[in-house]
Amino acid sequence: MAKIKVKKQSTFIDMTAMSDVTVLLLTFFMLTSTFVQKEPITVNTPASVSERKVPETDILTILVDGHGKIFLSMDNNEQLAKAVQKVGGDYHVTFTPVQLEAARRLTSFGVPIKDLPSYLDKTIDQQDAFMKEELKKGNNPRIGIPNVSAADSTATAQTAIAPEQTTGHKASADNEFKHWISRIREDNQKIKLAIKADETTDYEVIKRVINDLRDLRENKYLLVTNLRTASSD
Amino acid sequence: MSEVQVNEKGGGGKAKQKKQILRVDFTPMVDMNMLLITFFMFCTTLLKPQVMNIGMPSQEKAEVPNKIRESTALTVIMGANGNIYYYEGMPSDELYKDTSFLKTTTYKQDGLRQILLRKNEGTYQKVQELKVQLSSSKIEQVLFDSLVKQIQTDANETLKIAPNVLIKPTDKSSYKNMVDVLDEMLVCNIGYYQIVELSEGDRYLVYQKTGNDSYLSEQQKKDVSSNKK
Repeated sequence: MAKIKVKKQSTFIDMTAMSDVTVLLLTFFMLTSTFVQKEPITVNTPASVSERKVPETDILTILVDGHGKIFLSMDNNEQLAKAVQKVGGDYHVTFTPVQLEAARRLTSFGVPIKDLPSYLDKTIDQQDAFMKEELKKGNNPRIGIPNVSAADSTATAQTAIAPEQTTGHKASADNEFKHWISRIREDNQKIKLAIKADETTDYEVIKRVINDLRDLRENKYLLVTNLRTASSD
Repeated sequence: MSEVQVNEKGGGGKAKQKKQILRVDFTPMVDMNMLLITFFMFCTTLLKPQVMNIGMPSQEKAEVPNKIRESTALTVIMGANGNIYYYEGMPSDELYKDTSFLKTTTYKQDGLRQILLRKNEGTYQKVQELKVQLSSSKIEQVLFDSLVKQIQTDANETLKIAPNVLIKPTDKSSYKNMVDVLDEMLVCNIGYYQIVELSEGDRYLVYQKTGNDSYLSEQQKKDVSSNKK
C-alpha cells in the first residue's frame, strides 16, 4: 500500500498582482489630488451647483468663521510678505528680517497687526498651537483680523493702533481688514477675492465683510462652495 | 527577501547546471504602497472647491437703485431659522396692511424653485434646449455662454418678461441661505437678480407675518411700541 503523501504546500502568495494594483492606486492619487491647505479654522462651505473651479493663481481667500473672525490666505507668499511689511508700516509696527522671512512661509494668518510680530516669532507648530488655544476661548479679540468700524464696538477700538494718515488710505483706525485688502490690491491688480465662509455664519457678519469690500470698490467676489450632490439637494 | 528555489535532484553524478527560479517576495512592497496610499488619502483633497461669481452694485451707484419693472419684480426675503418669504411686484401702502401679501415658501425644490421656474419659464426652456446641444457637443461652451446671455437679455429688454429678483437676506439668516438662493438663480437661469438691503417696508412685512420684532430696525421698534400704547 502506498503511503499517502502529505504534500507540503508552500504558503507563498504571489504578491505581484497586488503590488500592481497598489501602484496603480498610488499613481491615481498622486496625479489627481491636491494637498489640503492648512487653515486655522475649519469651515464647512455651503453647497452649490456652480461648476466653476477656484482659480489656481492670483487669489486671496478671505476665511470667515461663525463668529465673524477673519483670516486671510494668499497663494503668493512673496506678495503676502510685502503686504505684511506695508501694513506694518502703516500701523507703526516694525518687523525684523527674521520675522519677514517667517511671513514668507505663512499660509494663512489672522491676528491683529500689533500681535503679528510676536506671532511670526513662533515656529509653525507654535503658531498652530496658539491658534487652537485662542480659538477655544470663543469670541476673543486676540485672533482674527479686526474689521470692526468705530461705531460698532468699543472693546476692539481701544486696543487698535491708529494707522498713519499720510498714506492717503481711507481705512478707518480700527478696520485693519480694509487696510490689508487695499494694500494687497495695490500690489496685484489681477488678484481675485474669494470669500470662504461657514454655512452657519449669520448674514450680518457676511454683510459687514462685503460692505467693507464695497467701500474699497471691490465689487466682485467668488464665493467658495462645495459641489452640490444629488443627495444633498 | 527574494527566495531562490533550487531544484535538487538527488544522486545525479553529472554536474548539471542548476535550474533556478527567481521569485521575489512583493509583500513589503505592497505594505509600503498601502502606507503611501493611506497617506495620500488622508492628506489630499480630490475635489477642488467650486466658486460662485457674485457682483455687488458699487457703493457709489447704490444711491440710485437700478430700475426694476414692477410687473416682473420678485422679492425674496430670507428670515431666521431657514424661513423664507417672497412677494411679487412692489408693495404699495395698502398692501402693507395685508398679511397675505407676503407669502411663505421653502428652500426645497418644490418651494422657491417652482416659483422661479413659473416666472422664468420661457428662458428656462430655451436654455434647457441649448444645454442639450451643449452636451451633445453641437455647440461650444463659449458660444453657449453668449447665447444664454442673449436669451436672458432678450427676455428682459425686448419681451420684458424676465423676472427681476431682489434678494433680501435679513441679518439673522445664514450664509447658507444666501448661497442657496443664489444657487436657485443659477438653476433657474435667472439673468437679473441682485442682493439688496431690506427696506423699512420689508422689515415691517416680515414682522407682521412672524410677530418677531427682531426683524424691525431700531426706529421701527420704537414706533411699534409707541403705537401699542
